[in-house]
Amino acid sequence: MTVASSSPPTRLPLDGGAKEAERRPRRPLGDGALAALFVAPAMIGFAVFLLWPTLRGIWLSFTRFNLLTPPEWIGLANYERMINDPIFWGSLKVTVEYVFINIGVQTVAALAIAVLLQRLTQSSLLRAVVLTPYLMSNVVAGIVWLWMLDTQLGIGNEIIAAVGIDRIPFLADETWAIPTIAMINVWRHVGYTALLLFAGLQAIPNDMYEAARVDGASEWRMFTRITMPLLRPVLAVVLIMTVIGSFQVFDTVAVTTAGGPANATNVLQYYIYGSAFGRFQFGYASAMSVALLVVLSVITVVQYRITRAGQTDLG
Amino acid sequence: MATTTAPTGALRPTARRFSFGRAVAWTAMGAIVLITVLPFYWVLRTALSSNPGVAADPTNVLPVDLTTGGFERALGLQSTKEAVAQGGAGGGLDFWRYLLNSIIVSTLITTCQILFSAMAAYAFARLRWRGRNTVFTLFLGGLMVPTIFTLLPNFVLVKELGLIDSLLGIALPTMFMTPFAVFFLRQFFMNIPREVEEAALLDGAGRIRIFFRVMLPMASTPIVTLAVLTYITSWNDYFWPLMVSYSDSSRVLTVALAMFRAQTPQSGFDWSGLMAATLIAALPMLVLFGVFARRIVSSISFTGIK
Repeated sequence: MTVASSSPPTRLPLDGGAKEAERRPRRPLGDGALAALFVAPAMIGFAVFLLWPTLRGIWLSFTRFNLLTPPEWIGLANYERMINDPIFWGSLKVTVEYVFINIGVQTVAALAIAVLLQRLTQSSLLRAVVLTPYLMSNVVAGIVWLWMLDTQLGIGNEIIAAVGIDRIPFLADETWAIPTIAMINVWRHVGYTALLLFAGLQAIPNDMYEAARVDGASEWRMFTRITMPLLRPVLAVVLIMTVIGSFQVFDTVAVTTAGGPANATNVLQYYIYGSAFGRFQFGYASAMSVALLVVLSVITVVQYRITRAGQTDLG
Repeated sequence: MATTTAPTGALRPTARRFSFGRAVAWTAMGAIVLITVLPFYWVLRTALSSNPGVAADPTNVLPVDLTTGGFERALGLQSTKEAVAQGGAGGGLDFWRYLLNSIIVSTLITTCQILFSAMAAYAFARLRWRGRNTVFTLFLGGLMVPTIFTLLPNFVLVKELGLIDSLLGIALPTMFMTPFAVFFLRQFFMNIPREVEEAALLDGAGRIRIFFRVMLPMASTPIVTLAVLTYITSWNDYFWPLMVSYSDSSRVLTVALAMFRAQTPQSGFDWSGLMAATLIAALPMLVLFGVFARRIVSSISFTGIK
């Protein structure tokens, strides 16, 4: 990085490098052979494990496929079934509910943590502590909270009972299960999100806060007038990333509730997994995956538009 | 990068004075730290308690009836009879094997993915070849496909390749590249001045040699950043290894832990054993974090800056 900042970065023109050719001695064939060698492994990986599976996933959604016999083309039957499948709609509803709670709480909490870190201390120890849960797998986080929130013996309920409120079956109750899982994942991810936002905050010039302070602005005013507007592009990108991640929730559900009670936590990805590996309906599972892909694409585009993620107000 | 600018923050003299607002802010920060850290202590406390002890005194802040029985059960060191007597299911974790499996998978993914992505990134940033922009646009399009979408078809593919229940099968899909890694590293290679490369060319070094001896070392910061994050991600992955592995030979720690949790005895949870297993499964990452905390923390700030 020191090198990059000591001289202006060289840019490749995107239109085929015409200018570059004028400036440098032209080599007749470019670097074709060498480039092929360098790009080959990534290209193979891309084609075999990303491009091909994407196309195949779409194709499989139009078939009946149980993994043992070859896929059989059945047109839109899987999609018709999906539209008439109450469990699918239930899953979608539960997933959306999860995403709302998860992203809502996580974004606000992460923003608060990032601002606290920025305004209070530069301690990297504190940042490390906040990040610790992220180092755990979802499986570990899920099991830890399964214990902490156990109805009979969990410390969470012991505290609730000590205060004199009725014990809450956090993960065993239809209304509590989704918010609880959402909060478990907030616990695991909030530190990481906060550090991404913290990095964004570091890019805001400190003089702005100094100037505002001289003018007698309060912390809250500085937050609403300086921090929020200037953080917006970073916040927008982080939001798009975390929403996409949030929709793919699976691990925590798998280890805490296994979709229950009564499908109350049967999130889309869990239902897809069950259809594919429990009932061997790979075609139907693929159709639901396509639906999720479409939902995610639409949400990403809408979010990108609303938040103007591509533009910056800084400089 | 962002983290090296330390003195910009709270070192203003005005900010050092006590104020009500700052006290509230520090209290909030303290609460956040407690919520983050306390569960880890509670896991340890439970793991060191006996199951009857956990049930009899659920609020004691110290281990009840201090014992290493939980850890012995988690590691499968107790006989089935002994384990059942203490409230376990009799099954344990073949910990060292799963640990080794996790290490092999994560190391394989991280090493290959970063090397291949860096090579491609270099070709996109610095080499001139026909179709470069088309291929790069294609790669960028890959960013739009959520990983989860490719899991089912990739499972079918890995099955066709006969690699189900193998470590290679787990590593394969992410071993070659991720669009993000290519995109991220390309940015850095583009920012390295051409003069550096030209000087090496004049000295008679070949392009391959330049890549390995000049470009890679110069990009070591972003490469380490990416490597650390890739390692954490592949280590913590559960969904894909769950699909692919069926037996001990390819079971990684996350899958093993979830299995241990599923073997709950009829009589109720073996909380002490389960917490011991959880702690054991979490330990490698906690150790890694203990060693590389600063690096990891600054890594995340680093990738945050686009």
